[in-house]
Amino acid sequence: MSESALATRGVNKSFGSLIVAADVELTLPPGVRYALIGPNGAGKTTLINLMTGMLAPDSGRIFLGDDDITALPPEERVRRGLVRTFQINTLFPHLTALESVTLAVCERRKVARTWWRQLTAYGDEIDEAYDILAKLTLGPVCHRLTRELAYGQQRLLEIALALAAKPKVLLLDEPAAGVPREESRELFAAIAGLSRDITVLFIEHDMDLVFRFASRVIVMVGGRVLVEGTPAEIAADPQVRAVYLGKARHGAAP
Amino acid sequence: MASESIAAPVRPVQYLQAQLRWQWGEIAFWLATLLPFVVAPSYLVLASQIAITALFALSLDLILGFSGIVSLGHAAYFGVGAYTAGLISAKLGFGEPLTGLLAAAVAAGIFGYLTSFIIARFRHLALIMITLGIGLVLQEAFNTAGFITGGFDGLQGIHTWPIFGKFHFDLYGYTAYAYSLAALFVIFLVARRIIHSPFGLALRGIRENNSRMPAIGAPTRTHIRTIYTIAAIIAGVAGAILAETTETVSLEALGFQRSADVLVMLILGGTGRLYGGLIGAAVYMVARDQFSGLNPQYWYFWIGLLLIAVVMALPNGILGGLAHFARRMQAKP
Repeated sequence: MSESALATRGVNKSFGSLIVAADVELTLPPGVRYALIGPNGAGKTTLINLMTGMLAPDSGRIFLGDDDITALPPEERVRRGLVRTFQINTLFPHLTALESVTLAVCERRKVARTWWRQLTAYGDEIDEAYDILAKLTLGPVCHRLTRELAYGQQRLLEIALALAAKPKVLLLDEPAAGVPREESRELFAAIAGLSRDITVLFIEHDMDLVFRFASRVIVMVGGRVLVEGTPAEIAADPQVRAVYLGKARHGAAP
Repeated sequence: MASESIAAPVRPVQYLQAQLRWQWGEIAFWLATLLPFVVAPSYLVLASQIAITALFALSLDLILGFSGIVSLGHAAYFGVGAYTAGLISAKLGFGEPLTGLLAAAVAAGIFGYLTSFIIARFRHLALIMITLGIGLVLQEAFNTAGFITGGFDGLQGIHTWPIFGKFHFDLYGYTAYAYSLAALFVIFLVARRIIHSPFGLALRGIRENNSRMPAIGAPTRTHIRTIYTIAAIIAGVAGAILAETTETVSLEALGFQRSADVLVMLILGGTGRLYGGLIGAAVYMVARDQFSGLNPQYWYFWIGLLLIAVVMALPNGILGGLAHFARRMQAKP
């Protein structure tokens, strides 16, 4: 095992004069639960887009394990175990939950190009998909069309699709976005229950959830990594308080 | 998010199996395709044209209805198939029909595979322009190559041999309809299998959300190239059957009008349902036959009116409307 599951080295990205990633140097060790926090526009989602290959960096390298994946297309990175979810539901509205996850399993097992055999010949793939859904409490609704699922269930399906790709590193872009508070705890409990082999990085605005579920925290501001440390270190960091927590507290309780 | 029940009542794979089984409606549909032999023998020529067009519409459904690839130039592949089968007979003097089909499938498949590299890079409006462009380029190329294709006058001298050396193509269209219908049925079985395969599921994924596909590790462009090539092959076979049964091919076979007509028929019948193109082709061509008999000069007026009426009343086509109606009937206890 290498020491780093995912690493960025000197990653830069700007849109015109707007700098969205400046010299980002991160090393995520295997199995750690990372929270990525920062004010709106700090470049958190952009960083996920850069890591997963949905955006190309202007300069810098990205490593998955020991492999340089900077030049690989997104689907190849997924096949190597770098998987993400989306802040806004990015699902298949007219596929059932089971069909969606089965599709992801079939892609991973490289049977999705088979056009001469019926899908039902792939019982193992379908069972695996069902198990993933069942673990996320979606078993009873697995035959419903995605667009007919409740919003919170759709958020879970986002995660189910990612898990079907057997991630080594899972990047969750605000997994609980739009979910009521009490439900978002359940959702994070599901994330906390994931295998310890998976390195998780999640973007989240709710500080209670961050301090509860993250073992380490990265704070980004203006495309830069401001500081990285344990939740306790972050909570005590005067820089963070000034730039981020202070402002948030100021906004919440004047 | 509370769990609603303990477990699904049946194993998921069994549930899916039950969904993929042949429905009574499907069996009834295929039995009904045999009716023209008995009920309307004088319309067998028309029936044969309908079967050919239905096959063509089926191939469009595979890319448009199931994969979300819009095309306004699908007749290009139909035309390549028609000219391939026609040329083998007219220029080489070899009119064996099944060989013609095979050659047409190969030629259309190669052309489809080559163009699929462009198709796979674009979506939506850009695709409409590109497919339209491919159709126009091909039509003009075939027009200019008049020394081979007969140009504007069409290809003369096609003679189709009897099928298996036994069944002659007769004036009334018995053999032609049997031949077209058999081809339609066999290829339909293949298409049905494709749709119900893991690959078919991937295609529906592309249609539903192309941007999510890379995030689950799917090579969308490879998938699109594959289905586009398959659809081109089927369109080519349809074209070949037309050339063989009518013993003529003209530029109309790969013209814009044919591309537009087949798109209209598919939307009329309902996209993404396998049977939509078949029903749409039948309704459209019977209506055209009736209207042109009634009112030879103005029949497009009536066709236009029919299209507006159907789309306003049934936004998802005839089959979409029927499915909606069936659901409502089931919902009422």
